[in-house]
Formats: sequence, structure tokens, C-alpha cells
Amino acid sequence: MGTGTELGRVRGLGSAKSGVGHWWHQRVTAIGNLALMLWFVFSLVRLPALDYPTVILWLRQPVAAIPMLLLIVSVFYHFRLGVQVFIEDYLHEEGGKLAALLALNFYALGGAAAAVFCVFKIALGA
Amino acid sequence: MAAARPTVSARPLSPHLSIWKWRVHMAVSILHRVTGNAMAFGGVVLFLWWLVAAATGPDAYATFYRVATGPVGIVVGVGLTWIFFQHMMNGIRHLVMDTGNALEIHASKTFAIATLAGSTLLTVLTWAAIFLTKGI
Repeated sequence: MGTGTELGRVRGLGSAKSGVGHWWHQRVTAIGNLALMLWFVFSLVRLPALDYPTVILWLRQPVAAIPMLLLIVSVFYHFRLGVQVFIEDYLHEEGGKLAALLALNFYALGGAAAAVFCVFKIALGA
Repeated sequence: MAAARPTVSARPLSPHLSIWKWRVHMAVSILHRVTGNAMAFGGVVLFLWWLVAAATGPDAYATFYRVATGPVGIVVGVGLTWIFFQHMMNGIRHLVMDTGNALEIHASKTFAIATLAGSTLLTVLTWAAIFLTKGI
């Protein structure tokens, strides 16, 4: 970089042609989050207690475990998209930005995997 | 990078970063990013703690439950509830604005105030229900 023509210097710095997909997925998961998070808050409030036996018995039911799995996918994907924009807006140095985006992906995917595993472990009665 | 720069003209720059004043629609917009990141890092970690504790067993869950129902846990819980509802209400506002509606100053401002009022009301209702029914 630094030598070459003006066109050569800017090549690869423009749109990656993935903005619309990102924008749309953020909206799709937003609507998913709206339904699933309201279900989650409402369900927790309606449980007779929030102690261990009550929560485990609740999560063992398919009507709770399945929405929980959907919630995990929708919420973790949504925040991964949102924090990506946050990083891209404030981190301009390429190395630091790449490291932050990698860390975000590992955090979101690792967290989602842990959460999904926990729901399966409870729901399948380990 | 010693790239040749175009000569800087003496044209006036549009006033921006140093000249502004607080507006509710702008505060709500900033809050949307703050609340989103707060949940992505704070809320998600607490959610994972809750789920991992439940999957681990009664002892691990008891530790979570003791902290979550202690004074600090309640304050964090109420705060996170408001953060969630504020992000949710303003998210709905964004979905409406995505359709090209409520973009005019008056509607945008009214809707922005409504998100703050709505999120506060929903937080109060949620925690009233928790305190009344859970014996915490």
C-alpha cells in the first residue's frame, strides 16, 4: 500500500456487498427476540418460584426447552450483528478491529454453544 | 504513507462534533447502543451463569440464586430489566421508522419519549409481579 495508482490504493476498501444481508438479519432476529424475550420474561414471572426444582421442571418441558433454544439462537445472532457494527464504528485500526471481531465471534458462538448444551442437558434429564 | 493530498481549500466546514445539544430522540438513539452492548456483555454473561448453574446442579444453582436475590442481584436485575425494555421499545420504534414512518421531528420525539415511559412502566410492572409472587 502507498504506491500504485489511486484506484489501486482504494481497491478492497469499499463495500463488501454484504450490508443488506446484515441489515435484514438484524431485523429478522429483532422480531424473533421481541416474541421470544417477552415469552421468556412472562414465563419467569408466571412461575410459582425461581428456585432450582421449579426452573428444572419448567425447562424439561418441550414447550419451554424449544423456545429457549430458539431464543438463544436469535439473541446471540442479534447481539453478534449489533456489536459488530459497534466495533466497526469505533475501531479504525485494522489489526485491532480484526482482533475485536474475532473475539466477538468466538464469544457469541462459544456462549451460544454453552447455552444450547445446558438446555439440552436439562431438557433431556441428565 | 506519503500519498499526495489534494490542496485543502478554505471552504467552511459544517459545524458538527462540538456544536450540538441534547435531544430526547438523540439520547434514545445513544441509549439503544449502550443498552444493546450492556446486554451483549453483562446480560448474556448473567444469563449463561443462570443456565450453566441450572445444568450443573442444585449447589451451583443455590450460589446463583443467593447472589441474584441479594441486594446487589436485585439492583442489577431491575437495571437489566429496564435496559432490556428500553432496547425493546426503541427497537420497535426503529422497526416502525424502517418502514418510513415516524421520521418527522414531532413524531420521532414523541415516540422517543414513549419508549422511555414504556420501558419504565414495564420494569415497574415486572418487578411488582416478582416481589408480589416470588417471596423474594
